[in-house]
Amino acid sequence: MPIVLYRIDERLIHGQVVVGWGGQLRPDLFVVVDSGLASSEWEQELYALGVPEGAQATFLSPEEARRALPHLRSSPERAVILTRDVATMLAIARGGAMEGESVNLGGLHSQAGREEVLPYLFLDDEDRERLKEISEEGIRVTARDLPGSHEVPLSELLD
Amino acid sequence: MSEGVGTRGILVAHGSMAQGLADAVRRISGVDESVIIPLSNDGKSPQALQEDLDRVLEGGPAIVFTDLPSGSCALAARLCSRSHPDQAVVTGVNLPILLEFVFNRQLPLRELVPRLLAKGVGSVTSAPEFP
Repeated sequence: MPIVLYRIDERLIHGQVVVGWGGQLRPDLFVVVDSGLASSEWEQELYALGVPEGAQATFLSPEEARRALPHLRSSPERAVILTRDVATMLAIARGGAMEGESVNLGGLHSQAGREEVLPYLFLDDEDRERLKEISEEGIRVTARDLPGSHEVPLSELLD
Repeated sequence: MSEGVGTRGILVAHGSMAQGLADAVRRISGVDESVIIPLSNDGKSPQALQEDLDRVLEGGPAIVFTDLPSGSCALAARLCSRSHPDQAVVTGVNLPILLEFVFNRQLPLRELVPRLLAKGVGSVTSAPEFP
């Protein structure tokens, strides 16, 4: 079964992902890609509390995630890949590792240096450059917080 | 004006739920706004929500009530309270839990929290009852 969702969302495993997207995509596995979380057992335990019954979570560094992609794609489990920032998704995607896939921008909130693009999406200049790089890897990039929301293409986000 | 000494309640929820529940508690019980402090996660990054929560959690015993047992609100609550023995997190909050809290918040946490959980679970009923 293919990876059913690649999502950039600061909140990682949370209501919109588990209930909103999870209700539609029925994932078996949430793959959280984050160097800090990959080496912090107590934080992993906290995030794992958000995983619905019947599903599992695993926490990988970007390099581990790149190596795991072929297995995840051929596994019978339906996987969701989550990163909390654009840089981490780019680190997974570099070198064609995600060519032909789609990346969903689901939640980057207000902070110093970021400008509002959508109510749930604030980007700074580095984010914009990295999103272009992801797109240049042959990946479709769009923003959509929930499955029923309007999908906004990258070209409109970078205007 | 603060309403005496006792555990404070911090209510963290999605959208306007916390504000609405806090308003309902005040209307029913008559307690003032220092007893239940509502916070929304709306439009906030995890870091911003934790900072808001840290600010209101400063100083004294508190229970953080969250709507869901997991997700951004519960995660922030657990992160903020994990190093404070005088604070607890109660998830799946409902109005009966909060009313039980405001009238018994002088109890120590070890007595208060189990009482709140029992009230919350016991308040979920159906009519008719199904076996």
